[in-house]
Amino acid sequence: MSYIEIKNIYKIFGPHPKKALKMAQNGENKDNILAKTGHTVGLQNVSLSIEQGETFVVMGLSGSGKSTLIRHLNRLIDPTAGEILFGGENILQMTTARLNAFRRAKLGMVFQRFGLLPHRSVIDNVAYGLEIQRTDKAERLKSARTWIERVGLAGYEDSFPDQLSGGMQQRVGLARALTTDPEVLLMDEAFSALDPLIRSDMQDELMKLQSELHKTIIFITHDLDEALKLGDRIAILKDGALIQVGRPEEIVMNPADDYVRAFTRDVNRSKVLRAKTLMRPTGASDDVTTANTTGWPEIDSNMRLEDILPIAIACPYGISVIDHDHQKIGTLSKDQVIAALAA
Amino acid sequence: MFPDKLNIPLGKSVNALVDWLVVNYGDAFEAFADALLTVLVWLEHLLRATPWWLVIVVIAAIAFHASRSWKTMLGLSLAMVAIGMLGLWDKAMQTLALMIIATGLSVIIGIPVGIGMAMSNKLRAVMVPILDMMQTMPSFVYLIPALMLFGLGKVPAILATVIYAAPPVIRLTDLGIRLVDKEVLEASRSFGASRAQILWGVQLPLALPNIMAGINQTTMMSISMVVIASMIGARGLGEQVLTGIQRLDVGQGVEAGIAIVLLAVVFDRIGQSYGKRSQRSSTTGAGDGA
Repeated sequence: MSYIEIKNIYKIFGPHPKKALKMAQNGENKDNILAKTGHTVGLQNVSLSIEQGETFVVMGLSGSGKSTLIRHLNRLIDPTAGEILFGGENILQMTTARLNAFRRAKLGMVFQRFGLLPHRSVIDNVAYGLEIQRTDKAERLKSARTWIERVGLAGYEDSFPDQLSGGMQQRVGLARALTTDPEVLLMDEAFSALDPLIRSDMQDELMKLQSELHKTIIFITHDLDEALKLGDRIAILKDGALIQVGRPEEIVMNPADDYVRAFTRDVNRSKVLRAKTLMRPTGASDDVTTANTTGWPEIDSNMRLEDILPIAIACPYGISVIDHDHQKIGTLSKDQVIAALAA
Repeated sequence: MFPDKLNIPLGKSVNALVDWLVVNYGDAFEAFADALLTVLVWLEHLLRATPWWLVIVVIAAIAFHASRSWKTMLGLSLAMVAIGMLGLWDKAMQTLALMIIATGLSVIIGIPVGIGMAMSNKLRAVMVPILDMMQTMPSFVYLIPALMLFGLGKVPAILATVIYAAPPVIRLTDLGIRLVDKEVLEASRSFGASRAQILWGVQLPLALPNIMAGINQTTMMSISMVVIASMIGARGLGEQVLTGIQRLDVGQGVEAGIAIVLLAVVFDRIGQSYGKRSQRSSTTGAGDGA
């Protein structure tokens, strides 16, 4: 069983959701339900399994239900039907007290418009989660200071949110979510409100942090490039229903339908394809590792095609692909790299 | 002619209800009235016994604390001096005592009611028409039963003032809490904050500018009630206006009127300055990057 299991979630908005739920469960179309009952279907039979330590991106346009979905994971919104399990525990059966304890211990959330407390300084915002947990003041300020430094805001401890730029405010939001050391980080369009350059910086920052922290991150976005850059796996949501779930390469190479295809058409493949998808794995029938690979350049299995290209061009033989334990897991030739680009 | 048969004897029923209250709960009302009166008399005595310059110094200090401006402080002190120069210092102190008690009572009742309205749509549905009624009904209508329950004097004057002046602080507390940024509330909930932690840590601090505006309006309205309150035996500046009207002494009425306006200006400036300061410390800075 996966760490987080979402099973057959339905969310109907309106005064009498039960009646509309029946129609939705019978597979009735969202527009028909709205026309007949006046109820909006937010989520329609969504099931997902999310593994511990992965960055799972939910992608969809506005109105696709992605923000509704992420709010189910900490029960800011309760589903009309379905189950949500965290490590085997059904969070929908929790009492208010148990739910609050669960939110305090396991979850951190980052918001699109930051959701900072405007009347509190940066350090008091970052320490907020620990304050809710009634952590001793000196201790919580110490952790807050550490995280402020880590997201690059040292010196701004006593500033107020409205004195900071959008990018800096979201760093505060990120530090606030991380200060309680949660297992799961929920990020609701966390970088969508930022300028493109700052957004790219924040994405890199998040990836750097994640490579050290190994949190389970659920990231919501409407931007496919962002999804492909950050996600270990991506779920694509449309009108409240799940269209496709898969690794970035799978989404780009094998789109499930025309909707996804339209999205992926303009994607730069060299930013998506990674060494581990392109390589010839060690032990495969056409394995060349029996050849002498000493002196071959070694690259990380997560390296993307755009970064492999210059190495492949400069190197006369082949390239060794290694995993994070520095074990050799495959090889790449110059021809393979060029073929992948041409495809 | 509208048929007499369809008449509802509402007036008689109300009379019967008031009679019944007086007979059965007269003691309770009296005990409440006595307690209120004790506090009021004590405050009135304190203000009148305090040397005039000390009162001005205290008001000047409050004005400076609120506005951080020497100009405002000086202006408001001069307004108080002017009241004294009109020969109305003692009356003004009586009015001030009444006003402080009425405003205090309005705030003590109003803020919790406002919080309740923001939390519960049902309570809000009940309270909104009641508040409308409190503000539109001519005050004489509720002065009569108040007189019957509490007799002539300061206590019914305070109650009438509270009924008239409490709605703004109730409404603005409700509004202020409802206007708190939804994402900030979600953030607070997502960290596992309890309802009390959300109320004290997020909702009330962020609603403070609106609550302060409500308190300011409530103060202004309680000052404006002083003339009417004097008709049922409250002393002070209102009484001066009232006797001025009765004796056709225009000069006395104008003097007292000016003193009331000056008092109102002093408290309005102080209230607004506090409102502005609370706004500065809780502007909705989040979200300007959106």
